[in-house]
Amino acid sequence: MSSDVERLAALRQAAAEVPDPEIPVLTIADLGILRDVRLAADGTAEVVLTPTYSGCPATEAIRQDVLARTAGVDPRARVVVELAPAWTTDWITSDGRAKLHEYGIAPPRPTRTGPVPVRLGSRPPAAEEVRCPRCGSADTEVVSRFGSTPCKALRRCRNCAEPFDEFKTL
Amino acid sequence: MTDPVSEDPRDVLPPAPAHADIAAYAIRLGDDALILSHRLSEWSAHSPQIEEDLALANIALDLLGQARTLLSYGGAFSGRSEDDLAYLREERQFTNLQLTELDNGDFAVTMVRQLLFSCYQRELYRDLESSTDAQLAAIAAKAVKEVSYHVEHASTWVLRLGDGTELSHDRTQAALEAVWPYSHELFADDELARRIADRGVGPLPSGLRPAWLGAVQDVLTEATLSLPAGDWKPSGGRKGLHTEGFGYLLAEMQHLHRSHPGATW
Repeated sequence: MSSDVERLAALRQAAAEVPDPEIPVLTIADLGILRDVRLAADGTAEVVLTPTYSGCPATEAIRQDVLARTAGVDPRARVVVELAPAWTTDWITSDGRAKLHEYGIAPPRPTRTGPVPVRLGSRPPAAEEVRCPRCGSADTEVVSRFGSTPCKALRRCRNCAEPFDEFKTL
Repeated sequence: MTDPVSEDPRDVLPPAPAHADIAAYAIRLGDDALILSHRLSEWSAHSPQIEEDLALANIALDLLGQARTLLSYGGAFSGRSEDDLAYLREERQFTNLQLTELDNGDFAVTMVRQLLFSCYQRELYRDLESSTDAQLAAIAAKAVKEVSYHVEHASTWVLRLGDGTELSHDRTQAALEAVWPYSHELFADDELARRIADRGVGPLPSGLRPAWLGAVQDVLTEATLSLPAGDWKPSGGRKGLHTEGFGYLLAEMQHLHRSHPGATW
């Protein structure tokens, strides 16, 4: 029994170190997509991942990286991708948020501020504050809701004029 | 979409639907997402600005991801993979709504089509989140968050174009007139849809229309566009009947796979 616990802990440690292929400063543990490490009914160890976006091409790369890293601990370990509960940017750890900021990507806002408010002309603009990761100014604007990867939006700082990526709130 | 590592013995097979109706329903929804994804990807390197290239490719990717999970799930019932369904079916075997296959037209047509479809998909997925089918509920809960970004993007553009210059207004109104008739099919109930609703698996399409119309009308009004009149309601997509452009779309989408069967990256 204790050997199972130890094996799962070792597997978790190996899997947790896998970097995200698109944002390599983050590990999959930082991102909150490493959901569980458990024993299946047949005794096989399973590493449970959840994708960020339905079509995120990194999911497949991550799966292979996890298999490669866990093979040293347990070559029979499987990777299971589970959709539910759906991933949210709230699962990014505070450590992960700090790393994002350091890397030059504005971390996501808490989801309680709502997903993406549609702003029509006659309605007041929704309160949103995304600070420039370079100069810290809150005077920033959206250039495009869709950036270089599904999880990022492109913004520009009106203070220092630098463009930067924002991790979209999901 | 070929996944070369799916032969890995450590892989876990996707769940299979409990009933043929659920499989057919998942394939319908998967076809919608797949075909619109392909149409949007045709804009790559042709968009009016580079940010739009990225945006349309991103939306296409979201839809492709949804298509993959839906088709994998639906196909599992009959032992078919997502690739079998995407690449090896003939035109009459695709059950997507005709709206999703319409030629891109100008940018206004693409954005109006996206607004109408994304608002529909948002209502559909919201409802499916409480499906009695756990896998469909999981797919919907994930996808609905992505779709809210699509709605916002399309709304922003329709506003900007409709309430823009006289030329952009006229072209967007013309786009709306051209695309609108195909919106009726989104809310047409047929026998499969009724059985799906009876099982608590998914909503009756007609029931989604009031919320959809409210959301769409809000944007159109703000964009100074008027709802088209007219009672032409083309349909048939769910029965495998498609518009003329669809065969050309399939030819391009399936060409590589059919020319090199079994090829992988």
